[in-house]
Amino acid sequence: MAEVETTGAEAAPREEARERRVRVVLVDDHRMFRTGVQAEIGRTDETGVEVVGEAADVDQAVTVITATRPEVVLLDVHLPGGGGVEVLRRCADLASDPAQPVRFLALSVSDAAEDVIGVIRGGARGYVTKTITGTDLVASIFRVQEGDAVFSPRLAGFVLDAFASTDAPPIDEDLDRLTQREREVLRLIARGYAYKEIAKQLYISVKTVESHVSAVLRKLQLSNRHELTRWATARRLV
Amino acid sequence: MPEAAAAPHVEPRPPRKLYRSSDGRWLGGVARGLAGHLGLPVIWVRLVFAGLFMAEGLGGLLYAAFWFFVPLGVGGVGDQRPPSLVSTETAPDGRRRLVARKPDRGQMLALLFMVVVAMVFIGSVDVGSGARVYFLPIVLVGAGVALVWRQADNARRARWVEVGRRRRTLTLVRTLGGILLVAAGVSGVFVLKGSAAHLGSVLQAALAVLVGITLLAGPYLVRMTQDLSEERLMRIRAQERAEVAAHVHDSVLHTLTLIQRNAENAAEVRRLARAQERDLRTWLYKPEGTGKDEEDEPATVADAVRRNAAEVEDKHGVPIEVVVVGDCALDERTSAQMQAAREAMVNAAKYGGEGGAVQVYAEVEGRTVFVSVRDRGPGFDPDSIPADRMGVRESIIGRMERNGGTARLRAVPGGGTEVELEMERVEKT
Repeated sequence: MAEVETTGAEAAPREEARERRVRVVLVDDHRMFRTGVQAEIGRTDETGVEVVGEAADVDQAVTVITATRPEVVLLDVHLPGGGGVEVLRRCADLASDPAQPVRFLALSVSDAAEDVIGVIRGGARGYVTKTITGTDLVASIFRVQEGDAVFSPRLAGFVLDAFASTDAPPIDEDLDRLTQREREVLRLIARGYAYKEIAKQLYISVKTVESHVSAVLRKLQLSNRHELTRWATARRLV
Repeated sequence: MPEAAAAPHVEPRPPRKLYRSSDGRWLGGVARGLAGHLGLPVIWVRLVFAGLFMAEGLGGLLYAAFWFFVPLGVGGVGDQRPPSLVSTETAPDGRRRLVARKPDRGQMLALLFMVVVAMVFIGSVDVGSGARVYFLPIVLVGAGVALVWRQADNARRARWVEVGRRRRTLTLVRTLGGILLVAAGVSGVFVLKGSAAHLGSVLQAALAVLVGITLLAGPYLVRMTQDLSEERLMRIRAQERAEVAAHVHDSVLHTLTLIQRNAENAAEVRRLARAQERDLRTWLYKPEGTGKDEEDEPATVADAVRRNAAEVEDKHGVPIEVVVVGDCALDERTSAQMQAAREAMVNAAKYGGEGGAVQVYAEVEGRTVFVSVRDRGPGFDPDSIPADRMGVRESIIGRMERNGGTARLRAVPGGGTEVELEMERVEKT
């Protein structure tokens, strides 16, 4: 493989970020963590992220989200009052509002399969762990705002695992099976590649990578039958 | 017998409470418990009881009273007892415990001894011949009660000591035997009293009384069992909590202390935090019993990858993110691959650790096992490896090829190096 030049690519997202603004609500029951995230991403002039509200439990979250109508919600998975899944359930109509959708990005310290798959199935647009760097988190927030899915390597691993068992009877293949290309993209994510690097590796545009990832997310939410069910049952997740 | 007279008057002082010994006992553990409490050899106490038994059965009554009122405990005997039958061992928690070497033989002896004493007693007792006929039934009842009591002791003891399944049937048999003995003894009394003809009506009356008592006491009994089970549940919860607290104390708090002490050494702090995080995660998310004392070799690919990554991470202080898809058992080829992967991780941690976490991805798909190790370091050109650098050439590429796999090294677009290892699993015959 040839060495690909990387100059200029690094600066692009920050350039973008400065022009655009995104309104974010933080939902996490640890005040320290909210403060930390706020400090990390909340410098609006630099990052373009404006934290418009915070919540510490499910009821507060629903109230704050309804009141402020943010573009992105950073959602903790484990919350008092039913957890992130409950927030997603009660904000379902806000999330599907075509005019101004509220999008959810799960941000959790847990990378256990049941947590990850749970919130993704609940409608979160992505899942990142709390070890993520500030820059990556800002990039993820913008990606989610645009309607794309954000996959951490671990999440990609879970999805691949879920769809990997190909010995299942092929029912409704178009809907549930990942295409070869989608698998390839997921594999590269799991190997720790950034979207940009995947695009270079596969000689496709970043937009194409993003659309593949979104397709995977859609399939993940839809495929409540077959593989995923079987996978989850085998692991006693459902 | 001065000792015997003194024995019942001993006031159990709070620091040295009188317990019956549950270990190495012959009957109820009374003699052992007393001996431990008084600091006398067991055999003395036993002889005293036997002697008192001769005195109009006083020893038997005393023994029964002790058995009834003194709670069962662990241990209880000092070092003076004859070492041939029992010995002490120190339990892990520091308590001294008694171990009966030949409990069966001891019990047989005790039984024989008691029979002999009873014979002598019967021979010596001379009450009116009218009362004498009741003697056998009373002995029967006594034996039955002793059997059931002893069983109850065992049931309590089973909470401290694991009891196997086999012994549970024995428990049932013993309890049933005791009940039968008591029933036979009681019936015997009735029969001897000459009211055998009224046995039917007596039984009916007894039944009626039993039913009445059940009706009256039933609700209380049910309530009590419910309270008991609830209490037990709470206790289990408390135990679990205690275990979590212990774990947090043992690992997390100690690590935090270490971190405080090494606050200036960023690399060390990071290493400690990573290791602790991994440990805690394993402990929290793995089913109970695993993840703690697994010293054995890994058996599957996923296990091996994770363990290698953890070791390299600890050693070199570079975070390694592991994603594993699928799993299979290790064979000689995949074991070689795991060694190569480990070498690749070490290289990545050593030379590419500056750029951030090393990413390891392993996938088992069909018969192929694929492992990729990438870093975000300065990158390096495979063709420029000096001939004397054996690490990559031999440990990674050579090892893979000798075992029929392939290894590829390449520069990654965006910086860093990626090592790809591919291996076919051994054909299953």
